[in-house]
Amino acid sequence: MKKQLGIVLLVGVFGLLAGCSSTTKEGDAAKNTTASADSTQGMDMGSGGMATEMHSGQADALSKRVIYFEFDSSDVTPEAREIIAAHAQNLSQNANLSVVLEGHADERGTREYNVALGENRAKAVKQLLVVQGVNTSQIQVISFGEERPAAVGHDESAWSLNRRVELLYSGS
Amino acid sequence: MHKLSHFVLLLLLVFGSVRVSFAALTIDITQGIDGALPIAVVPFAWTGTAPAQGATIEAPENIAAIVASDLRRSGRFAPVPTSDLLGRPSHGSEVNYTAWRTLGVDNLVVGQIKPLADGTYEVQFQLLDMFKAEQLVGYKIRSRRSNLRRTAHQISDLIYKALMGVQGAFDTHISYVTVTKNRRNEKVYRLAIADSDGYNEKIILETKSPLMSPSWSPNGLQLAYVSFSRGRPEVYVQSILTGQAKRVAAFKGINGAPSWSPDGKKLALTLSKDGNAEIYIYDLSQGTTRRVTRNSAIDTEPVWLPDASAIIFTSDRGNGPQLYQVEVNAQGATGRPKRLTFEGSYNARASVSPDGKFIAMVHRIEGSYRIAVLERATGYLRVLTESRLDESPSFAPNGSMIIYATEYKNRGVLAAVSVDGRARQRLQLSRGDVREPAWSFFKQK
Repeated sequence: MKKQLGIVLLVGVFGLLAGCSSTTKEGDAAKNTTASADSTQGMDMGSGGMATEMHSGQADALSKRVIYFEFDSSDVTPEAREIIAAHAQNLSQNANLSVVLEGHADERGTREYNVALGENRAKAVKQLLVVQGVNTSQIQVISFGEERPAAVGHDESAWSLNRRVELLYSGS
Repeated sequence: MHKLSHFVLLLLLVFGSVRVSFAALTIDITQGIDGALPIAVVPFAWTGTAPAQGATIEAPENIAAIVASDLRRSGRFAPVPTSDLLGRPSHGSEVNYTAWRTLGVDNLVVGQIKPLADGTYEVQFQLLDMFKAEQLVGYKIRSRRSNLRRTAHQISDLIYKALMGVQGAFDTHISYVTVTKNRRNEKVYRLAIADSDGYNEKIILETKSPLMSPSWSPNGLQLAYVSFSRGRPEVYVQSILTGQAKRVAAFKGINGAPSWSPDGKKLALTLSKDGNAEIYIYDLSQGTTRRVTRNSAIDTEPVWLPDASAIIFTSDRGNGPQLYQVEVNAQGATGRPKRLTFEGSYNARASVSPDGKFIAMVHRIEGSYRIAVLERATGYLRVLTESRLDESPSFAPNGSMIIYATEYKNRGVLAAVSVDGRARQRLQLSRGDVREPAWSFFKQK
């Protein structure tokens, strides 16, 4: 657990750095530049070289807005934790932003159970955002269960795309 | 026969006032029962000349065909094809019992439709036993033009009762959700009700947001369902007659899986307002909710036992979703849910048989989701279906069949299976997907 927290913090630091000079197209990310400027300064010193390496990865993570899950599971995978960390960074630095976490399931199993499963997935993402400093008032959780598939089809290639949480940003 | 239906259709087009949707569903018998009872249903005689209004020279509805189709769908009967019938008797007195017996027919149904001066009809039928050479049941039923299909289903119920010893479930309704795409390629969801054979489909709600989990009130006058029309799952109760809908649960989080209590006064619901998905009982007249389960796992899909003493629900508190039972009024240790399913890693979405002896569910086996039935007394689990994405089982009110949703040729279709798994049929919509079937209770007399 301690180790995990360490990684989260580290990712958080890189996130701050990336936020500074990010050139991503999303308006949300661009707003980072001013908002996070102050807090970044002190941290920049010790980890300079490595930060440039992480740079594109961070912007990449922030551009990813879908978190995928294993079957009948709401456990967040290690890859997904990086993406969530980038968004936690973005949201905690921009109190004016808010995000809807939309949970989904694949078509297998029963519809109402899948609504609950989708909610658990969205809540798992929410929890990670909150422990990384995002205010709960910035987060809204909704589940559509299996009712809004991202991919049509009745096989694993479609199912794996449908077991997901989508991060939908809003705010000014 | 074809001529008749064309003629009736023409009449409908001309008079326009009768709202009938023709065969919204087609029914394929995919598996019959060996040793089903051979029965002959002779086309009913149309007696007398037609009265002035709505003048037809033939019977306005082929009652015998509806009855034969009902009996065949039950899986318990093997009706003789009309072309093989020995003549067209319309009354017991005209029947040559020996000849029909030689054809291998155990029972014969004969009848007449008589138009009356006031525009109504008198339908008379007799169920005859070929071996005892006697009448088992005989009735005269007064009916209206728009009610003749229902009269035919009532006749099927009487025949089923006389020969099987249990009430038939033909004069009942089903509800289901259809999904089609409009011209702009948007999904359109419709909540429909229809006769148990898929005829007389009526759309009671149309929306572009997902609809799910329809549940019949015990008196058959209302449906509870889940709509996402305001962007999240909320529970509504809608009157079938007036179409008026009332939002009954719109708490933060999930509002889902409504199930009407046997006395019609409460709904069991899934709500996540207090953290995660839990079972609650909502009192419809008081507007109050009472929490039933307390657990960090998913608890959902509640259904009542017929005596209202307990609720059966899906929970993943063990390893994966399984069915549990919790007493509704128990306190302390007795209120602890009891696990019911142990076979397989996925058992969910219970439907309890009307006598409370069986629980139908979605059961995963070899990676496929199938309908299975658990006998409560013995714990014996029987898998009834063979496809891979079966869901939403719902018992017929006489406990004989289970209707469910399945996938066929990449489309959602409804299917029904007998509780012993021996008879199976598929009900297919002309277009789009159909899902979430719910079989009504018996109509109240």
